[in-house]
Amino acid sequence: MFLSNYIKEVFGAVKSLATGMRRTLYYFTHHKEIITEQYPDNRDTLELAERFKGEVVMPHDEKNEHRCTGCTACELACPNGTIKVITKFDITPEGKKKKAIDELVYHLELCTMCNLCIIACPSDAIKMVPTFEHSVYDRTELTKILNKPGSKIMDGVE
Amino acid sequence: MWSFNNIANNIHDWLSANFNSTLTTIIEMVLAGVAVIGLFAMLGLVLVIMERKVSAWMQIRLGPNRVGPKGMFQSLADTLKLLVKEGLTPAGADKLLFNLAPFVAMIVAMLLMAPIAFAEKFQLWDLNIGVLFISSVSSLMVISILMAGWASNNKYSLLGAMRSGAQIVSYELSAGLAVLTIIVLTGSLQVSEIIESQRTGWWIFKGHIPVIIAFVIFIIAVTAETNRAPFDLAEAESELTAGFHTEYSGMKFALFFLAEYANVFIVCAVGATIFLGGWMPLHIGSWEGFNHVMDYIPSSIWFFGKTFFLIFIIMWFRWTFPRLRIDQLLNLEWKYLLPIAMINLLLVTVIAILGWHF
Repeated sequence: MFLSNYIKEVFGAVKSLATGMRRTLYYFTHHKEIITEQYPDNRDTLELAERFKGEVVMPHDEKNEHRCTGCTACELACPNGTIKVITKFDITPEGKKKKAIDELVYHLELCTMCNLCIIACPSDAIKMVPTFEHSVYDRTELTKILNKPGSKIMDGVE
Repeated sequence: MWSFNNIANNIHDWLSANFNSTLTTIIEMVLAGVAVIGLFAMLGLVLVIMERKVSAWMQIRLGPNRVGPKGMFQSLADTLKLLVKEGLTPAGADKLLFNLAPFVAMIVAMLLMAPIAFAEKFQLWDLNIGVLFISSVSSLMVISILMAGWASNNKYSLLGAMRSGAQIVSYELSAGLAVLTIIVLTGSLQVSEIIESQRTGWWIFKGHIPVIIAFVIFIIAVTAETNRAPFDLAEAESELTAGFHTEYSGMKFALFFLAEYANVFIVCAVGATIFLGGWMPLHIGSWEGFNHVMDYIPSSIWFFGKTFFLIFIIMWFRWTFPRLRIDQLLNLEWKYLLPIAMINLLLVTVIAILGWHF
């Protein structure tokens, strides 16, 4: 009983080791399917995963309009104070005051790409884009204002 | 015809024609020493780049590909970097032992080159106990590792050195028993005679399954003896931060590194010599034409081809298997490899006495 178990163990070990070695030999002989991205060389053909998160942006349409209502939900959701929403009051044609954003300040140097602001936004005004070449010589360049100058809120977004 | 043997004979003739016999011997010794050092330097460069390329391809990576064509000068650049780095000795270290240890490692590796036959009739020292010499000198390797670990005055280094001691002492047994199976079949410890006995066929083909088992045990045991993964507990980067050579830098580190690769080459050369026929070409029974074609390939190419094939197998192990724990390591040796090697030796003895091998 002991001896048969012993022999079974030895053969099982040899078999499982051989399985592993066959796998690595397969990789060794098929080195065309390399997974390394040769980054600076393939910059033009680089394909990033869809879920890759690099930076928060605010999309604007061709009339320079965004969807941000200035509700500050993103600012509240942010765990480390990356987003600061500065609001102002616009006067509508009817003469009423309406809340709008003056500046949406985004500190890229603080951002951890946690995606919580995107989830919190009720009107899909901000999104993550897969850009990653963020290095600059002065860190003040990393503090960005997401809404473009002179932009206003899109019609129909409350 | 061009061969290592001819070159050596021509040098000898020229020297004995121009100098007296004492001076000739001294010059030849110096030449042999320089040749061994040159071979070591070459081996260091070639094996490091080979290791990095093999590991990269096995892990679906590219490996070094920037320095020189296809990254082939990477190890040259690394050597240059190590040469210009500062060789630091820690304040708390035992200065003498600390500085001596890398040289002991190198000297052991160089001594082991003596009985290895690199090509037909091309050998530094064909002593009649060649295999015994190799197995006894290679066990001195552990002294340099213990020396380095102890002298570093660092708990990781000491732990690594102690592990290495336990490991090398135990794996030496099964490596020795695996070598003994071939000694039983050849009846000689002399390297040239072991190679000569394989003129009709290599032992791995002539000796049936027991020799194949001995070969597998030998490869596993020498992988452990040279401290390579999956048995690299002595240097375990992730837990002991490189073990016994944690405190070494610059050229002293490079010497340890070089000694490791030189040892890999030596054990593979020994394996190729006793199991795969050394420089002996592949001969199959009575296929005259085939045997004749094989004889045209120079013997040095046969030797280095077989050795590098075994080195590739050991690298293949390294990049496939995860590292063992210390208790698993000793279990494998004392509960599995040693009993199997002993029973195997008994079987081979029966085969040798009854003359069942080819």
